[in-house]
This record gives sequence, C-alpha cells and structure tokens, in this order.
Amino acid sequence: MLLEVEGLTKSYAGPDGPVPVLRGVDLSLAAGRTLALTGESGSGKSTLLHLVGGLDTADGGAIRLDGQEVSTLDDRGRAALRRGAVGVIFQQFNLIPSLDVAANIAFQARLAGTADRGRIDRLARALGLAGQMAKFPEQLSGGQQQRVAIARTLAARPRLVLADEPTGNLDEATSAAVLEELLALVAETGAALLMVTHSPALAARMERRLHLSRGRLA
Amino acid sequence: MTAAGLQALWSHWRRNPLQLFTLLAGLALATALWSGVQAINAEARASYAAAAATLGEGQFDQLVPRAGETMPQARFVALRRAGWLVSPVLEGELDRDGGDVRLVGLEPLTAPGGLGPVRPGAGGGDLADALGGGVVFAHPDTAARLAGLGPRVVADRGVAPGTAVADIGLAQRLLDLRGRISRLILAPGQPVGRPPLAEVAPDLVRRAAQGRAEVARLTDSFHLNLTAFGLLSFAVGIFIVHGTIGLAFEQRRGMVRTLRALGMPLRRLVMLMAAELALVALVAGGLGIALGYLVAAALLPDVAATLEGLYGAQVSGTLALRPAWWLSGLAIALGGTGLAAAGALWRIARMPILASARPRAWSMAAGRARRWQAAGAVGLLAVAGALAQWGGGLVSGFVLLGCLLLGAALALPLVLDPLLAAAQRGARRAVAEWFWADTRQQLPGLSLALMALLLAIAANVGVSTMVSSFRLTFTGFLDQRLAAELYVSAEDAQEAAALEAFLAPRARAVLPLLSVETRLAGRPAELMGARVGPTYARNWEFLAAEAPVWARVEAGEAVIVNEQLARRAGLWVGDDLAVGPGRRLPVAGVFGDYGNPVGQAIVGEDLFREMFPQVRATQFGVRSDDPDALRRALVAEFGLPRARIVDQARAKAASMRVFERTFTVTGALNVLTLAVAAFAILTSLLTLASMRLPQLAPAWALGLTRARLGRLELVRALVLAVLTAALALPLGLVLAWVLLAIVNVEAFGWRLPMHLFPVDYLRLGAFALLAAGIAALWPARRLARTPPSDLLKVFANER
Repeated sequence: MLLEVEGLTKSYAGPDGPVPVLRGVDLSLAAGRTLALTGESGSGKSTLLHLVGGLDTADGGAIRLDGQEVSTLDDRGRAALRRGAVGVIFQQFNLIPSLDVAANIAFQARLAGTADRGRIDRLARALGLAGQMAKFPEQLSGGQQQRVAIARTLAARPRLVLADEPTGNLDEATSAAVLEELLALVAETGAALLMVTHSPALAARMERRLHLSRGRLA
Repeated sequence: MTAAGLQALWSHWRRNPLQLFTLLAGLALATALWSGVQAINAEARASYAAAAATLGEGQFDQLVPRAGETMPQARFVALRRAGWLVSPVLEGELDRDGGDVRLVGLEPLTAPGGLGPVRPGAGGGDLADALGGGVVFAHPDTAARLAGLGPRVVADRGVAPGTAVADIGLAQRLLDLRGRISRLILAPGQPVGRPPLAEVAPDLVRRAAQGRAEVARLTDSFHLNLTAFGLLSFAVGIFIVHGTIGLAFEQRRGMVRTLRALGMPLRRLVMLMAAELALVALVAGGLGIALGYLVAAALLPDVAATLEGLYGAQVSGTLALRPAWWLSGLAIALGGTGLAAAGALWRIARMPILASARPRAWSMAAGRARRWQAAGAVGLLAVAGALAQWGGGLVSGFVLLGCLLLGAALALPLVLDPLLAAAQRGARRAVAEWFWADTRQQLPGLSLALMALLLAIAANVGVSTMVSSFRLTFTGFLDQRLAAELYVSAEDAQEAAALEAFLAPRARAVLPLLSVETRLAGRPAELMGARVGPTYARNWEFLAAEAPVWARVEAGEAVIVNEQLARRAGLWVGDDLAVGPGRRLPVAGVFGDYGNPVGQAIVGEDLFREMFPQVRATQFGVRSDDPDALRRALVAEFGLPRARIVDQARAKAASMRVFERTFTVTGALNVLTLAVAAFAILTSLLTLASMRLPQLAPAWALGLTRARLGRLELVRALVLAVLTAALALPLGLVLAWVLLAIVNVEAFGWRLPMHLFPVDYLRLGAFALLAAGIAALWPARRLARTPPSDLLKVFANER
C-alpha cells in the first residue's frame, strides 16, 4: 500500500480552547489509484491533505508512505518528502511569481534532483504551455496557471499527487479540460492521486470516493 | 461620520503596531538628526552674537596695529587729543584650569553704546558703574574657572563663552600688559576736521566694520557643512517614512474603497488621513526633538572645540533650549511627513471608487514608476555634471552634492536590477535561480532602504577620504611649517632685539617671523618677510614653483604666495603681484597653507625690512640641536613664561589634537547616518515580511525548509548590501573629489590632494555588511520560525 493513514487527529487553537478538525481518520491508497475526498467546508479535507503532504504535523495517529512513517519526520525530513515523494497541486496555483513558466515547471524536479528536460517539454506540450514558457505567472490566465502547477508537480515524478480543489478557481469548460489532462498524466506516470473536492462531478471521475464530515470519514 | 472614519483608519495602525512603530521611529530619527544639528548651529550662532556684542566685532570700525599684537596706550591718548573718538580694548589670555580664558578690557567712559555685557536696564546701572569697581563679568560656564583670580566675578549669560570682561586698567593688571592696548574702537560719527590717521598714528591701520562678526562669516562654511549632513540624515529618515506610508496606504486601499462605498466623502477621507499623519508627525517630531537635544548635547563639546581650534570662536559647551530650533524641528517633521505622504494621498484622492482593493504588487507599482525614476536620475546627474563643470560658489557646490547623491540614489535600483538578472541567468541550481529571481522581485520594496544605505556608505567613503587626505596632507604641512625646534615670543621690540641677540650665538639659526597686515591684489592679506636659509629650502614644498624659488625670494626678485591668495586673486607662477607701492614681483611659487583663512605672500627679509623699516619681529623660530637647554637658558635669562616658548612637538601635538577633534563631529554623524540606514533596512524587511509569505510559501511547500528560507533571507540582505556598498564606493570617491576639489576650494580657498585608502574602505564595507546583517537577522529569524499554520494560510481555499 502506498499510503496508509491510521487514527489521525488534529486540533487548532480557538478562542475557547482547542477546536478538533480531524477526529481519528483512517484511509489507504494504493499506487496508481485515484481517490476523491469530499465534504462540507470546515470538515477537515484540506487539513488531511496538508498532513499527508508533510505540510503540517498531526496531533495523533500515523501516516505511512511506502511504509515510511511521515508523522514523526522533523522539519528537514518533511521538506525532503515534499521535494520528492509527494506533489501538491493547490487551488490558488501557488506558482513562484518571480520565475517564468519554464523555471516554474522545472523547479520542484530540480529541487528533487530529477529534472529531465525532455519530460518537461513533453508535459508543457501536453498541457498546451509550449508557447508560454517565457511568460511570468501574472501574464497567464487562471487555467494556464493551473496547468503550469500540474506540470510542475508531474515533472518531479512524485509517487503521490495531492490535489486540493485543483479546478476550484476555473470555469466549467477549463475545469473539465484540466481534469482530463491531470488524470491522463497521473495515469501515465503511475502515481496515486488523492483529490479534495466539493464537486460531485469531479469526485465521480475518481476510482474511490470518501466523504469527510466533522473530522470523521463517513 | 468623522469619528467613525477615524476609528476605521486608526484600526489599521492598531492591527499593525510594527508599521506604526516604523513610521514613528523613522520620522523621530530623521527629526532628531536634523534638529540636533540645528541646535548646535543655533547655540554656536548665539555665542558668536554674544562675542560680537562683547567685543564690538563687526559693529564698529577699528584701528589695529599694522604689525604685532598690541600698541602703546599712548596711541589712544594721542588720537583722543587729536579729536578722534576712539575707545581702547585690550585682549589677552588668562591661563586657568580647564583652558585659557579670553579676558577683554574695555574703557567704560569712551566705549560706544551697546558694547559689553551690561546693558541699560539689564541689571541696573550703566557700564561705567558696573565695571568701575574691580568687577570681572564672565559667562556662567567661565565664571567658575575664574575663582581665586582676585577681583569679584559676576556671572552673565550676555558675555560670550570662554570670555571675561573687565575695566581695561584691571585687564592690563591681570594680563601683565601695563600700558598696552590691542585695538581702538571708532565711535560712529567722528568729528569733522580731525587730522588724518597717517599723521597721528602711522603704525595703525583702519579695519572697516563688516556688519557681522568676523567669526560668524568664517564659520559659515562649517555650519553649512553640518546643515548638509543634517539634511542628508533627514533625507535618509524620510526614505523610511515614505516607504512606510506608501505601504500602509496600499494596504488600506480596501478600507478606503469600503468607507467610500458606505458614504464617506472622498474629500473628508483624504483630510482625515492627512490629519492622522499630522498627528503622527507631531508625536514623532516631539520625540525627535528630544532625541535631537541629546545628540546635540553629546556633540556640542566637540563642535565647540572644533570651532575654537579652527576659527578661535568660543562656543558654549552647554546647550540652551531655544524655541527657534525646536519649532523648526516640529515644522520639518510635519513638512517631511507631508512630502513623504503627498504621493500616497494623491493616489488615494484619484482612486476610482471601484478600483481593485488588492494591494498592488510592489513590482507592478515600481514598473510604472521606473521610467520616471530613470528620467529623474539622469536629470539630476546631468545637473550635477553641469555644476561641476560650470558652477561657482559654495551653495552651487552643495547643490552639486545634493544632485549627485539624489541622482545616484534614484539610479541604484536601475543598476541593481540588471546585475541581479545577470546573476539569475548564470545560476545553475534551482534554489540559486529562485533566490536571484526572488531578490529581483524584492528590489522595489527594498530599494528605499538600499538607497539610504547607498547614501550612508557613500557619505562615509567621501568624508573619510576627505579627512584622511586632509590628515596626510596636514601632517606633511606641519612638518614643513613647524620646522624650527622652538618658537619664542617677545613682549615688545626691545625685548625682541635682546632675544635675537641672545639666541644668535646659541642657535643653529634664528628665523624672525616678520609680518604686516596689508592689501594684496585688492584683498586683505598678510605680507611676511622670511630669512631664507636651509630650513625653508629643505622643508617647504610647493604646489607649483619655478626654480630656484628661495634664491630669487632671498634676492628680492620674487615673491611666493599661499594657495588662498593665488586662487582668490587668479595668480599663479609667473604672474606679477604688487607687494607695495610701485613694487611688482613675479610669483615664484604657490604653497599650501591649510587652515589659514587669509591670503599670504612671502618676500625676502631684506626686501621686507626695506619696505617696512618700522616693523620688528616679536616672534622667532629657533633651530637648535639642544632645544631643552636653550629653553632653560631663555627662562633663566629672560624669565619667559611657559606660554611664550613653544616647542615643535607641543605645537604639532596641539595642532593634531585640534585636527582630530575637528572631525569627531562628522565621524559621529557618519555613524548615525549608517545606523539610520541599517534601521531603514530592518523596517523595510519587517514590513515586507508579512507580504512575503505568499511568495515564500510555495517554495516551502515544494521542499525548502523554513530554516533554509530564513538563511536565504539573511543572505539576500547581505548580497544586496554588498552590491550597494560596491556601487557606493565610486559614488563616495566622487563625493570626496567634490568635497576636496570644489567645496573645500570655495569654502576655504585651498584644494587638497586626494589620496585613496583601500583598507579603510574595506573596513567600512565590513561595517555596512555587519549593519545590514544585524538588520536582517531578526526578520530572517522570524521567517525561520514562522509557524507552518501561517504558511498554510496561503494555501487555504477560503481566504
């Protein structure tokens, strides 16, 4: 099993004491499979994604990626995890504004030491970005920016792709096109995809669906 | 509505206390340095005015001896008998603990009104009553040092610092100068038909009133220098204020839009924002004035020593709280804030109600302003170049400095950007490429702080080059001019003759210092007669000369002139100078004469004695192989007091001491300016830190640790400081050249050779780097410790 999550808990500090966000979540995901995580706002979807991606630390429970315990990694270990094994696609794209498209796509792969010029060019062509490589993020549309974010993630060849509402900022037509490209490319690389989404239509495209409600999987 | 609006506006500062602190601190620092300098200037000018009132300087014409320091009292009697309305003054130094006190003796019955410390109604009685009873008046600072003198000492703030005033008879007794006077003051409205001066007292010359005290004119350039420094520091502080106000206004665009949407008229809103800033300016101005007082109080003793050493001006070492400077401090705080906020207020006033509430990216805002900035920089640098080529006068020199510094500051980001772009192109690794690209993006936000750093480093390089060049030249100059082992002063011509006769067989050479005050090339100047010998030939160096200089001077065939006279009169080697009626001599050499405000020409001793047979030397330079033995012999034979025999080492040490203190003030201002620049970097980094998260969070999410991001932030500040320092070096050297070749020549009449001091520049660069590093340390540490939850907020979908 690529990803195993057991009894995961997480709280945030609130004005009246800790506010529990995750109350013991268990899930698993095999390599090459896709999983949709749905739930209402504040149900803990993004928090779960952040914990799995090594962006945050859990209060309790375990996260294993390829058998390696993630929740006990220190700052440096989690950074290495984010560079190599995991790729995160954000709703807000989170491109680096000071780098052009080509540098943005290559960035994570270069950090991980896995940059491959040919693969980057192929991804750019596949995502319709070949003519945009010298542009900066602020010169691109939302759809183009999200394609750059997808290309950046996939160029690093992560084993697990985490997508947090990847089409939430896009119109319907662009959203559909981007999703198709994402699914095709993930399938091609053999990575697993865990996608957080509000959209039932988007969730329906995944092999499995889980619903998170008030910090628990329903 | 006004209260609600103010509450909304003020809530921004409550939520951003660091920004408010930055604004207050930047403005307070700017005001402090400006008002500190103004306090020093005000104190010094008040002291000059007091001195002028006491001594009658500048107010009345005077008669002074053509040669020597004093004249017999008989000249006064002869002139009064001939109908001249003159009043005698005697000046001398009293050797007291804590330094000499200048004692001025006045003759109360003949002194013109308004002279002296006691004015009618200012304590009852007139000057005659006040001075008649064996009383000495002194500034409160000085009065304590006169305890035990004998006569009663009365403290009076109307007397100039370091000075005491007494009846002339009492002064003659205290100074042991019975029957001697220094000068005669001419009352306005002299009777018609009195005999000419040349008939009654041919050994006296009339010196016209100049409207202002001589010392006030002489020190103008020094005070202008201080003011320029104060203005530079103020400009650096205003950079901070401008940056902070710009950022705060950008961040409040959303609030402004909402307030207007809710019905607040634009005019009212702009007025409220202006009033809010005025309040901040008044609070910061008050803090700045308090700080400025402390700065001035700390620097004033050194300034006083400088002014005394350079110009003989006595300035009180304690600071009075004068309304003129603290009001000007508040005014400049308000004016500076208005200047810094004008652009931001103008943008708010022109902003359409439906404009985007999102703060504009620094880079976008800067991109639009870049063309204007480039045009401004080129324009200012062109004006500076034109002034260097064709300008004239001291004010033009300072305008040149202003244009040069401001133009270079504006050009800085435009020069840094391509350098950073080149570094990015050359980067091989992902982090390095991101680092350079991100640094480029930070440039607009940091450029004001970097401009401040550029100005501070350039000012340091410029001033330290000037001072070190001056020191090097001055040391050589002292070796040249103080070649004799001993300098001996005689009381009068009779004693001088006896001294010369005594010294001749005992010394290697006796060099009489013959001089008269005269006019050369239409200007007041000093003409000296030199006994030419190996001392002069071996030690004197010329800025320009036509050999054999000394042989021609000795033969009475040529004259040498100091640089001041040469530049002011447009003379150079080979030109003719009229040294007396019907006597013109070619200029054989021009010599450097650093620190001397007046023109000087030197002819051979024989020619001098022929032209001025009545003049006797009362001072001698003495060359001796055993100066200590000779000093003992002089004391034993003539009973000369210590002050009248000065040895070379003591004279050099005293000169160097004065020299070092002269530049203590500029050194202190240099350090303060650098500190303000470091503060500017700190505040810029802190205010940018909150805006940086969206730019840094993706890099963190993609695998850079927070600690590494923090280290990179520190490295970024250091890299920018290094680049800025590297660009500041040539700017500082140009600044030094302007100071030495233009400002100095205009202010003092002489030009110094420029020397380079690479080790000093390296040390300064290290200091600048240290300052930038310290300033960046806190923001970098904060970034390294940013909780992941703050970084995660960047990725939150429902922001």
